Amino acid sequence: MEVFLQQLINGISLGSIYALIALGYTMVYGIVQLINFAHGDVYMVGAYLGFFATAILGWSFLPALLMSMVVCAILGMVIEKLAYTPLRNAPRIAALITAIGVSLFLEYGMMLLVSPQVRTFPQVLTEVQYKFFGVVITNRQVIILVVTVALMLLLQYIVHKTMIGKAMRAVSHDKQAAQLMGINVNNTISATFAIGSALAAAAGVLVGIYYNAINPLMGIMPGLKAFVAAVLGGIGIIPGAMTGGFLLGIVEAMVSGYGKSLYRDPVAFVILIIILIVKPTGLFGKNVREKV
Amino acid sequence: MLKVEDVHVYYGAIHAIKGISLEVPQGQIVTLIGANGAGKTSALNTICGLIKPKSGRIFFEGKDITGVPTQEIVKLGLTQVPEGRRIFANMPIYENLELGAFLNKNKKEVAQDMEKVYTRFPRLRERKNQLAGSLSGGEQQMLAMGRALMSKPRLLLLDEPSMGLSPILVKEIFSIIKELNEQGTTILLVEQNAKMSLSIAHKGYVVETGRIVLAGDAKELLESPEVKKAYLGG
Ligand SMILES: Nc1ncnc2c1ncn2[C@@H]1O[C@H](COP(=O)(O)OP(=O)(O)OP(=O)(O)O)[C@@H](O)[C@H]1O
Ligand SMILES: [Mg+2]
Repeated sequence: MEVFLQQLINGISLGSIYALIALGYTMVYGIVQLINFAHGDVYMVGAYLGFFATAILGWSFLPALLMSMVVCAILGMVIEKLAYTPLRNAPRIAALITAIGVSLFLEYGMMLLVSPQVRTFPQVLTEVQYKFFGVVITNRQVIILVVTVALMLLLQYIVHKTMIGKAMRAVSHDKQAAQLMGINVNNTISATFAIGSALAAAAGVLVGIYYNAINPLMGIMPGLKAFVAAVLGGIGIIPGAMTGGFLLGIVEAMVSGYGKSLYRDPVAFVILIIILIVKPTGLFGKNVREKV
Repeated sequence: MLKVEDVHVYYGAIHAIKGISLEVPQGQIVTLIGANGAGKTSALNTICGLIKPKSGRIFFEGKDITGVPTQEIVKLGLTQVPEGRRIFANMPIYENLELGAFLNKNKKEVAQDMEKVYTRFPRLRERKNQLAGSLSGGEQQMLAMGRALMSKPRLLLLDEPSMGLSPILVKEIFSIIKELNEQGTTILLVEQNAKMSLSIAHKGYVVETGRIVLAGDAKELLESPEVKKAYLGG
C-alpha cells in the first residue's frame, strides 16, 4: 500500500510533465494535423532557459519559469513560420520529415551552443519533505502539481472563454469557414504554437528543478512519451492530453516502483500499440469522425 | 457595389471559371443559377478571397479586392454563407454567433446584434446553448445566416441556402432573404432552385461550365425559353 501511494505521488509528478508536453502535441495536431516532432526539443530548450536564468543570472523560480515560457512561445512561432507554414498545403509526409529535421537541428544546435555535457540545476528550491503515513511528498512535487494545474486551468480559460481560444477551435474545425468569420488563420495557428511551446517550456523548467540534470538530448524520450500520452487521450483533444499524461506518468511510476524499472519505457510503447489496435481515436476520441 | 471583371480560376490544370464578369448593384438581389459543377461556388469563393483568381479583377464599393485576404474582405462588409452551411458543429449556437462577430470588438454591440439574430430566428434562441451539430438542416441554415449577419455585412453572398430543405423551409428561407434585402442588405444568391431565386431577384446570371451564358432582368429570365427549358423543367 505504501509503495502504491508513494508511486502514485511520484507518478503524478512525472505525469504532470508528460501532460504539459502532450498538450502542445495535441493542440498543434488539432489545428494543422501535424505531429510536431520538434516539440520535445522545445521542452529541452525551455529547460536550458530555466537553467540559464537560475544558474547564471541567479533568478528565482517564478521569473525563470515565465521567461522560459515567453522565449519558447516565440521560438514555437518562429519554427512554425519558417519550417511549417511554407508546407501548409504540401503532402503531410513532407511536414513530418521537416519536423524531424527541426528536432535534430534543435538538439545538435543546442549541443554546439552549450556542449553535450550534463548540467546540474542549482537548488532554486531547497528541498523540504513532508511525511504522511510513511509516504514522502516533497515541496518540489507540490510545486510541479500546482504549476501544472494552474497552467491547465489557464489553458481551459483561454480555449473556452477568450476570442483567440474560440478562433483556435473554429480554425481546427473548418479553416475556410473560420476565414469567413474574419479570423486570421495564420495568426491563430501561430498562437497555438506559442501556447503549446510555452507549456512545454514550463515542463522543461519543472523537470530541471525536479530531477536537477539536463542535457541537449533530454527532450527525445519525454517527447515520445508525451506523444504516446496525447494519442492515449485522443490526439487533438485537450482534456485527453491532460488525462493521458497523468495516466502514463502513474503507470510508469508503478512499473518502476514494483521493481521493474527496466520495463518502464517499453510499457509506454506497449500502451501505444494497444491503443492503436483497440481504440485508435484514444480514450476521449469519438469513434466516428465528425463530418465537415 | 460589386463588380467582377473577366475572372479566370484554375484548380491545378482544371480551368473552372473561364472569364466571368458580373455586377451587383447596391440594394438589389442578384442571383447566379446553374447546374452542378457550373462554377457557382468557385465564383463566390473567389469573390471572398478564399481562392485566388489567375486573372481578372474584383471591385467592392470601388475598391480593388482581388487577392485581398478573406478576413480583410469580411472587415469591409462582404461575407458569405457557404454551401453546406459549414457551421461549427462542436460548438454551441451562441458561440457560432459570437464567432460571426469576430471582428467586432464592441461587446455591447455584439450582444445587441445577437439579440437581433435571435429575434429574426426564434428557434435559435430556444436552442442557444445546444451544440450546433444537433440542429436540423433548416435550423443549421438559419444559424449559418445568423452567423454571417453578426458581421453586419453590406453585401451577403449566399451559396445554395435551400439545399436539402423541405419546400416549406425553402419558402421560409427565401422570405428571410427578401426581408434582409428590404432592410438594406445587398445580396448575391447562388441557387439551383432557379424558379424561387429568380422570383425574388432583381437580376440574374446563368452559369454553364465556367461561363456566363445568359444575363438579364430576373423577370425576363424567368420567362426566357432557354431558362425554362434548362432549369424550370420545360
Ligand atoms: N477544390 C477543387 N479542386 C479541384 N477541382 C474543383 C475544386 N472545387 C471545384 N472544382 C471543380 O470546379 C468546377 C466548378 O465547381 P463548383 O463547386 O464551383 O461548382 P458549383 O456550380 O458550385 O456546383 P454545385 O451546384 O454542385 O455546388 C467543377 O468541375 C469542380 O469539379
Ligand atoms: Mg456549389
